Amino acid sequence: MSKVPVSMTINGETYSGDVEPRMLLVHFIREVAGLTGTHIGCDTTSCGACTIQLDGMPIKSCTMFAVQANGHSLKTVEGLATGAEMHPIQEGFMVNHGLQCGYCTPGMMMTSLALLAENPNPSELEIRTAISGNLCRCTGYVNIVRSIQYAADKMREPELAAAGQGD
Amino acid sequence: MAIESPKIMGYGTSPKRKEDPRFLHGKGTYVDDIKLPGMLHMDIVRSPYAHAKITNINIEPALETPGVLAVITGKDLDAAGLAWMPTLMSDTQMVLPVEKVVYQSQEVAAVIATDRYTAADGVMAVEVDYEPLPAVVDPFKALEKDSPLVRPDKGKDTNHIWHWEAGDKDATDKVFADADIVVEEDLYIPRIHVASIETCGCVASYDAVNGKLTIWMTTQAPHAIRTVFSLVSGIPEHKIRVISPDIGGGFGGKVPVYPGYVIAVVASLKTGRPVKWIEDRSENLQADSFARDYHITAQLAADKDGRIRGMKVKTLADHGAADAAANPSKFPAGLFSICTGSYDLEAAHVEVDAVYTTKPPGGVAYRCSFRVTEAVHTIERMVDRLAVELDRDPADLRYQNFIPKENFPYKSPTGWEYDSGDYKQALDVALERIGYEDLRKEQAEKRARGELMGIGISTFTEIVGAGPSNTFDILGIKMFDSAEIRIHPTGSAIVRIGVQTQGQGHETTFAQIVAEELGLPVDNITVEHGDTDTAPYGLGTYASRSTPTAGAATAVAARKIREKAKHIAAHLLECNPDDLEWKDYKFSVKGVPDRSKTMQEIAFAAYTNHPQGMEAGLEAVNYYDPPNLTFPFGAYVCVVDIDPGTGVVKIRRFVAIDDCGTVINPMIVEGQIHGGLTMGMAPSLFEEIPYDENGNNMAGTFMDYLLPTSLETPNWETGNTVTPSPHHPFGAKGVGESPTVGAPPAIVNAVVDALSHLGVKHVDIPMTPWKIHKLITDAQATTA
Ligand code: FES
Ligand code: FES
Repeated sequence: MSKVPVSMTINGETYSGDVEPRMLLVHFIREVAGLTGTHIGCDTTSCGACTIQLDGMPIKSCTMFAVQANGHSLKTVEGLATGAEMHPIQEGFMVNHGLQCGYCTPGMMMTSLALLAENPNPSELEIRTAISGNLCRCTGYVNIVRSIQYAADKMREPELAAAGQGD
Repeated sequence: MAIESPKIMGYGTSPKRKEDPRFLHGKGTYVDDIKLPGMLHMDIVRSPYAHAKITNINIEPALETPGVLAVITGKDLDAAGLAWMPTLMSDTQMVLPVEKVVYQSQEVAAVIATDRYTAADGVMAVEVDYEPLPAVVDPFKALEKDSPLVRPDKGKDTNHIWHWEAGDKDATDKVFADADIVVEEDLYIPRIHVASIETCGCVASYDAVNGKLTIWMTTQAPHAIRTVFSLVSGIPEHKIRVISPDIGGGFGGKVPVYPGYVIAVVASLKTGRPVKWIEDRSENLQADSFARDYHITAQLAADKDGRIRGMKVKTLADHGAADAAANPSKFPAGLFSICTGSYDLEAAHVEVDAVYTTKPPGGVAYRCSFRVTEAVHTIERMVDRLAVELDRDPADLRYQNFIPKENFPYKSPTGWEYDSGDYKQALDVALERIGYEDLRKEQAEKRARGELMGIGISTFTEIVGAGPSNTFDILGIKMFDSAEIRIHPTGSAIVRIGVQTQGQGHETTFAQIVAEELGLPVDNITVEHGDTDTAPYGLGTYASRSTPTAGAATAVAARKIREKAKHIAAHLLECNPDDLEWKDYKFSVKGVPDRSKTMQEIAFAAYTNHPQGMEAGLEAVNYYDPPNLTFPFGAYVCVVDIDPGTGVVKIRRFVAIDDCGTVINPMIVEGQIHGGLTMGMAPSLFEEIPYDENGNNMAGTFMDYLLPTSLETPNWETGNTVTPSPHHPFGAKGVGESPTVGAPPAIVNAVVDALSHLGVKHVDIPMTPWKIHKLITDAQATTA
């Protein structure tokens, strides 16, 4: 099958390659860009293990072709931390034992990232609704919900502190 | 500023997991993350029929596809004597078929190509001619005389595989003859699939120069795989290395050897290049080993005052096209005979018959220790069934029949020796936590208003930690497990274990065992596992056996080190070893606590200043053969609300009180219980793999096979009691599966309780809205 050139930014770096038009975005990320933190659990849009962000929107990267992401800006789990310093979401999962086998975790965190950008102080039901497209077979979700609540609190700390000073 | 010295973090503490940073940064290494130079990809041609003769396979069009390097069929394997492979239960299973296929999605041929897309093109191009044969779907009909034979190769004129029984038939018949009351129920525990979020796969790499085969593989038991591969292929065992890297969930589904692994190895031998095979979700759900599929008829005999006296169970086990269960060799029905549960019965008799059908082979566990879920479901349902018949409160009837805690060790009527238990205490705690009395009042009020609310109890006993080597083996390999500990001169350590983690957190908990036993900070201990070239031989992780076996081995190895350390400490302190005591994580002279040596000081001396005549170094190995199994238990109470308009069952509350003996890491235990409860709820309410009359799999994708999401899963309420195992070195029993085993009957009992006033006495799982709605409307139609 003939190939077409694609180029996209992932976590601030440019990745280019000639790919078949039928190549799924998740395979571009994992195999061309070599970023294997994004996982595949079904390739039918059911499990959410492949969730990444495309221009700030959470998407299931198994349900998009690499060519469709041409010229776009992506973020994957590898782009969460600053060096070894964890993002509050990663810290939340670590502190609250929000992962076991770790396979669903990158997708789960990318969905949480989008949720907290949109709704910095979500209720439990809002969290559960937001991650309902991400399946986890190990944890029973209770600790994932706690992890996301922890991250929400931590990310709002500066804002709360500022509000506290204003009093 | 003083630097705080790192903490020991031994038993009962919750250090954060050592494995988490790599997963959280996206730096785990799962099998599909492995990429080797020159690596090829394999994809599999699968049968659309459940039962069909293969009349021709034309591979030419596939070979003409650019990028396809090879196509492997059953004929190729047959020539090498590899068309069939042994199952763990001494049955045989096709790797690739030569004559016929016996289940839908069975592997028919494999295509090897330069990338996964081209391999899929090749699969489309292979032409297979089938001559359909009648499917054998219903296991009862499969036993009829005129049923088509699934396995003519067995040389028998029946689909019956084996008959197995436990307990004392005559004694049980006698009890039944003079009991006041007998209740009977048919229970079907359907076919389900573990559906770990990572599917199965491998990378097989044969290095012709060194003659060495390396296989990265989603396996829960790498050593056993190495031995079996060596025996079957003839490749010397030291030339095979099996690596089980990070595993995205196992739950029993990654114990068997699937045809895909074997074909990938053959493909690598044939091409001289590494070959990767990763199944997709549909292949995973349609072809890999299933769990359960037990058709059970159970009877309880009791006195009219409520004393349960005897139990009879007859079961038909649908094994599909091969008995590919993952049980210890001598236990074809696993540990199903634990079905007398937490109750003190006079006699019991259990029979199981296994049968072939044209469905995928099995059955493996689904987060359960060898058919214990089926056993617990049976007894916990039947006790409730009896309670209804006698008009007794189900909690009350359980209290009356519990094995009293003074009676441990307790010999069960089917021959098990329960190590320890305090069932009354666990149920006390659970009922108190949930507010049982108030809930019963609320239920009465709601019922008067026509609302459907139910309360269900399950007080289960598990049997895990296989197992004592006199009775437990897998293909002849005894079910011991192992640990090897080395203390470095500066007092840090490496631990290698024979078991392997799929998310259970062994890298943390096994470090805690060494931390506790040797007084070294948990942060300074590395745990390695899963690589057969470096780890000591072990049987792997399943059946909640890691802590009972390899955990015990780790503690025993650590204690051997402590014994040697004592002699070094005596040398350093210039005293007699008998004058030393191990206290507060160090050796001190009895009565003179400030004359002491820490393990760190001793470790340094072991390499720099050890006593004359003593071997240098500080390390030990232990292969632990458990004297008995362990018997974790628990008391679960579930409250459900049912919407009469839709039949939807909502779990309002679920209190789980578990007793797994000594707890290493409470955070990890709680996590295991959350996950296990969710996998107990899943088949109770959502999951089933049904087959139509032609043997078509009706739940072969995540659109049809419904895993619970965050929205259906309740906030589990957990708690525990501690009744240590008397025979385990530090009293632990294992926990990963208790909740999966204990939860389903609590949920079913709650639903039946909600509907009992409508005359409902039993509901089979999964309790789907359709099923429940029909029960409600049927009941209303009868009363109207
Ligand atoms: S792999 Fe994309 S949703 Fe499952
Ligand atoms: S942690 Fe294993 S699937 Fe979520």
